[in-house]
Amino acid sequence: MKVTKLLRTTILTGLTFPMVLFILGVYNGVMQTFYRAGVIHRQSTAGISYYQGLTMHGVINALVLTTFFAVTFGHYTITHYLKKEPPGWSYLGSLVVMAVGTLTDLAVMVLGKASALYTFYAPLKASPLFYLGTALLIAGSWIAFAGWIKIWYQWKRENSDKKMPIAVLGTFVNFTMWLLSTIPVVYELLALLTPWALGLTDTVHVPLTRTLFWMFGHPLVYFWILPAYVGYYTILPKVAGGKLYSANAARLAFLLFLVLSTPVGVHHQFSEGAISGGVKMWVSILTFGVAVPSFMTAFTVGASLEYAGRRRGAKGLLNWMAKLPWLEPDNYLFGYFICGLILFIFGGMSGIINGSYTLNQLVHNTGWVPGHFHMTVAGPSLLFIFGLSLYMFSHISGKPLRYRRTVTIIPYLWMIGVAMLSHGLMAGGLMGEPRRTNLGLTYTNPESQLFNSRWVPSTTMTMVGGIIMGTAAALYFICFFKMALSKARATPTIELPEAEELHVEKPLPIVLNMRPWIVISVILIATTYIPSLSNVYKYGRPVRNRFNIDNPINTVQDEKK
Amino acid sequence: MDKYEFRTIGLSGLLLAVFFFAILYNSYGRKINMPTCIPADRTFQRTEVKKIDDHLYEFDIVARMWSYGLYEFVIPPGSTVDFYLTSSDVVHGFEINEKGVNMMAIPGVVNKITATFENPGVYPIVCNEFCGVGHQNMTGRIVVKQD
Repeated sequence: MKVTKLLRTTILTGLTFPMVLFILGVYNGVMQTFYRAGVIHRQSTAGISYYQGLTMHGVINALVLTTFFAVTFGHYTITHYLKKEPPGWSYLGSLVVMAVGTLTDLAVMVLGKASALYTFYAPLKASPLFYLGTALLIAGSWIAFAGWIKIWYQWKRENSDKKMPIAVLGTFVNFTMWLLSTIPVVYELLALLTPWALGLTDTVHVPLTRTLFWMFGHPLVYFWILPAYVGYYTILPKVAGGKLYSANAARLAFLLFLVLSTPVGVHHQFSEGAISGGVKMWVSILTFGVAVPSFMTAFTVGASLEYAGRRRGAKGLLNWMAKLPWLEPDNYLFGYFICGLILFIFGGMSGIINGSYTLNQLVHNTGWVPGHFHMTVAGPSLLFIFGLSLYMFSHISGKPLRYRRTVTIIPYLWMIGVAMLSHGLMAGGLMGEPRRTNLGLTYTNPESQLFNSRWVPSTTMTMVGGIIMGTAAALYFICFFKMALSKARATPTIELPEAEELHVEKPLPIVLNMRPWIVISVILIATTYIPSLSNVYKYGRPVRNRFNIDNPINTVQDEKK
Repeated sequence: MDKYEFRTIGLSGLLLAVFFFAILYNSYGRKINMPTCIPADRTFQRTEVKKIDDHLYEFDIVARMWSYGLYEFVIPPGSTVDFYLTSSDVVHGFEINEKGVNMMAIPGVVNKITATFENPGVYPIVCNEFCGVGHQNMTGRIVVKQD
């Protein structure tokens, strides 16, 4: 369908702006692998220190790019399926607020005033502007959701006999979960950290801030991945030449994510003293629960792909895999989907290990953890962002996609890079290699007393993976910006491949109504967070601490003297 | 919904149940040591090694930017150590990879874990949480040897 110029400009900006910043994010990612492999034995390179670069890598890649994409993909999908445009105040308002927040964060990060990483663990202090900017980036996405809700109710009045399209359900589930989980972090940022960083308050309750952060930090990973799930259910079967195996199962999977995403955040706190073993065990159960919709997706998507392969003439047990459109320049999206799915098999399995209360002891805060999440966020999430950014940009701008062969190869190259990077990080992690550490200064520096030769092969493998990922990303940027800077040839439209359903299934009333699921979600959040927060207050106390990253002197006591 | 979908849900539920029983077995059957909550009134200001008896030690460790107060902790083989850990400034990590000891040192909280060191050797302690520009220098070691 055709759309107004304002919405078109918003979507194009929402795709291009984070992609420009992502160049900086990728650069810092690749640089980290050089530091860690002991190729660079310095605090900083080209004016960016290791920890400053790590903060940029986290904030830009994990927060800015993913949030902008979820919102932009939401505008595109909702407009496409409801055949209505969201109100202008919503998409324009959200773009402006998110961009202001992002530029604020970017400025303080570039100036080196916010190098306390994207998890902003107090009592390490970042600039108050960083907390404010991050809160704006997050809150901006809420405005977009408000606009979609408005047109959803209009659509519902006009189409009372129709079911909610799966893509709309997936998007609404994602943003409902996001809304529930971002309230705690926005409260932490604005009510606790900003006044503390400004010096208005001197005390900070550290385990409380950590609990509020992870109440958001884990749902965040589902927020990264759910747009890709929308694609796996509604776009991939069509692209592969098949049909969606079961629509009811797709709806159920999304609703299970709505229920289970938020209460599992405490599994990031398994090795903390302020939360009791009972709560941790409960969260392990919930974390296993949230693996169920991923197993379901693996089955449903696998079955849809098998159907596609058989339609393409496959015989026998496994031949359907060979018949899928692996490397077809006219069907480049398939590679972006399938490479993400392959990585996600390993990302999901390692996630179950992390979520296991006792196993987590061996891997907590080691290289294993970034090894795991690069196979999720840099796997299915990022490859979906890459593929769909090209697709959406090309259609809504009317600009033709160039270098199609390169575009087709990129996801495979990227997948090889991620596999090597993650293998290196995970192998090193099992040998105790810490994450978030400038290893090149000490542990992988032969001249240091702390040199540990066991971590050299693993960090070298990580670096090779990082270089391959960097190469794939560089090729992608060339393709993306070549298209973005060319002249429009076709009429700008919004369109998406729409997968049909294989069976006509009986409508299952429970998967057609989000409300009971929202209620269950709130109940589960309460069963986890009421005991967690009461533990935090029971076993922890506030401290008068505020530290800059480069100085072990407490700035709170300084002011008293 | 399709019958195969139900089977998928059933099978994945079963698999996860097996995993969960493995966790229960490790926690309660094999009694794997896990970080434990300690009431906030047990506080200490500096790192101290306390010998309770010949093979039982208590280490009170205050992590700070960028050390654990002591670099080397010496104990005889067969010692069991109760590690009490807190931080006087920012969040730190405390990992002894060989022993599966992995704890967060959080200001305002005391964390505890127990480990037994049967074999002589040097066990490095690594800070695995970002704690400022000196983070990569923050280490210590446990030396297990006969006196």
